[in-house]
Amino acid sequence: MPDKFDAIVVGAGVAGLAAAYKMAQEGLSVVVIERGDYPGAKNVMGGVLYRAMTEELIPEFWREAPLQRPVVEQRFWLMDSQSAVTTGYKTKEWAMEPYNCFTVFRSQFDQWFARKCTEAGVVIINETLVESCIMENDRVVGVRTGRPEGDLYANVVVLADGVNSMLSRQLGFHKEWEPRQVALAVMEELKLPSEVIEERFNLDPGMGATIEIYGDSTLGLVGTAFIYTNKEHISIGVGTLLSQVRQLKVRPYELLEYLKSHPMVRPLIKKGEPVEYYAHLVPEGGYKAIPKLVGNGVVVVGDAAQLVNGMHREGSNLAMISGRLAAEAIIMAYKIGSFEARDLSPYEENLRNSFVMKDLKKYKNASHLLEVNPQYLNEYIPATNMALHEMLTVDGMSKQEKQKAIIKRALSRKSLFSLGKDVYKAWKAMK
Amino acid sequence: MHIIVCVKQVPDTTEVRIDPETNTLDRSSAPAIINPYDSHAVEEAVRLKEQFGGKVSVISMGPFSAVEAIKKCIALGADDGYLLSDKKFAGSDTLATSYILALGIMKVCQRKPYDLIFCGKQAIDGDTAQVGPGIARRLGIPQLTYVKNISSVNPEQKEVKVHRKLDEGYEVVTAKMPCLITVEKEINQLRYSSLPDMLRAARYQPSIYGALDLNADPLMMGLKGSPTSVLKIFVPTQRGQGEILSGDGQIVVNQLINGLSSRLAQNI
Repeated sequence: MPDKFDAIVVGAGVAGLAAAYKMAQEGLSVVVIERGDYPGAKNVMGGVLYRAMTEELIPEFWREAPLQRPVVEQRFWLMDSQSAVTTGYKTKEWAMEPYNCFTVFRSQFDQWFARKCTEAGVVIINETLVESCIMENDRVVGVRTGRPEGDLYANVVVLADGVNSMLSRQLGFHKEWEPRQVALAVMEELKLPSEVIEERFNLDPGMGATIEIYGDSTLGLVGTAFIYTNKEHISIGVGTLLSQVRQLKVRPYELLEYLKSHPMVRPLIKKGEPVEYYAHLVPEGGYKAIPKLVGNGVVVVGDAAQLVNGMHREGSNLAMISGRLAAEAIIMAYKIGSFEARDLSPYEENLRNSFVMKDLKKYKNASHLLEVNPQYLNEYIPATNMALHEMLTVDGMSKQEKQKAIIKRALSRKSLFSLGKDVYKAWKAMK
Repeated sequence: MHIIVCVKQVPDTTEVRIDPETNTLDRSSAPAIINPYDSHAVEEAVRLKEQFGGKVSVISMGPFSAVEAIKKCIALGADDGYLLSDKKFAGSDTLATSYILALGIMKVCQRKPYDLIFCGKQAIDGDTAQVGPGIARRLGIPQLTYVKNISSVNPEQKEVKVHRKLDEGYEVVTAKMPCLITVEKEINQLRYSSLPDMLRAARYQPSIYGALDLNADPLMMGLKGSPTSVLKIFVPTQRGQGEILSGDGQIVVNQLINGLSSRLAQNI
């Protein structure tokens, strides 16, 4: 008689581990199946972990989890080829408990999170690929792994198998993602002494900063770049829609090299020794790409459910919430002893009522707008840089004359009407 | 048949770095793995168990984290695992380690005596190949090192016949059991563990024995019991390409003498 569990979770990322942890706490028997050598071995993100959603699972996790730095400042750059318009926000409050977010290394954090799961009673199997779901009478009853005697049965299967989610595709929950529904992100970790990092980023010891970069960081492709501070490393990366990478035939490492050699970026990362290189796909389809989330005996969470807010670089937090909400629905279903789609549907309802879906809905047209209207990145950001350049360069011209010149130039390139149209479109996509 | 396998958790030497300032191994930079030769030892033991019946017990000495290495052995088909772990063991060289492991084997085999003991031919972090033979000597049993094939096992006659790898060719040796065998990688191909074995391993918790459980003599273990001490670890400096002189004999000899004397002058 093969083992039977209450729940099988496919994938030990933060979505899968969140679901497993919650279910095990409620006494369900849970197994997590991970294809990497260990949890986190294959998991990549820029590196920001949000406190609130992690704390809902593990109170005061920051006292024991392997974190890099609490983020006390978030900066935003609108970058042109030789300049940048910068803004940001820094607060003392984020340097104190309970903090806002942290930079982390996923390979470390996920291993720690997995250990918490094991302590809660979760069984974790590594180095094992789930090839398909086992179906009986139109419902998922288990999974088939690539190992000998590899079938495993459970009342419910949680698909947390990441951005490509072959399993939910096999179930017909979504089609293969189109290249405009995923982004390709590449990043590097550059090693630098912590004092150097703190000096360059104007940080108190142990504190961290993030920089999100828009504009001339992506060789004209729709995407964003980022620089995050870790204890003794700087993470630097860039993500662009896969469709654009393909269309414009840019190699991912060229994007990263361009960013690293940019005059605005170079001084921050000087002498940083590259120690790791990562590349990963990021769900970017947003609200419209969210697949079917619930079936008979099965739910989909995290990246597999396209739950990433590209505009605010949020993903791990949405993953954790979806994992937790899925677990709560499964626990309810467990109490009534039925795991049909209708019993699991509170997961989807609660997700829709949470900020997760509300935020994704709000920005449902944003990346598409940028893709079909490259002028936002390619014209307006340089124009903003130019405007400030003129305003702030002291050359004997009066400020009034400067203003006139700026407006005149803006209108010489675009009619007032098309400018107004772009503003309206942007407002509509962001409202 | 009761087969013991000694395993060691080692840093993955393909990823280990040496700290150039302190000249020590930076173990934190490398993931811990089971010594590759030892996995083949476990595989061979499990194959013999499958053929002749009995059980396979794995023993490791190391920190608590070595539990992971033992779990891997369970996934490979071992029945039981024992971790010998104690602060007093820290700093043991090969002599002390063989002492502790020999005591561990005697403890584990109190009720069920061993027929065979397997070890990897050496650990990839130290490359000494001394612990296996040390255990055999302490237990007073024959040792068969660098074994690349076990051609026959006869449990009734208590005899085993193996091929030992030599620099050129191999040697066929017969020994009485119980004996200790250290294995080469080519002895077998590791299996792809079945899912039930993976599940068993994930849930398995090995027994842990300390110095008191083993009645170990404090003077025989740890730094006190270790005559070897590591004075320095360093990365060998890269040697530049040699200079090749060619041409007429007399000229080349003169060039060589001039070259050598100027180098000598530089060094003085």
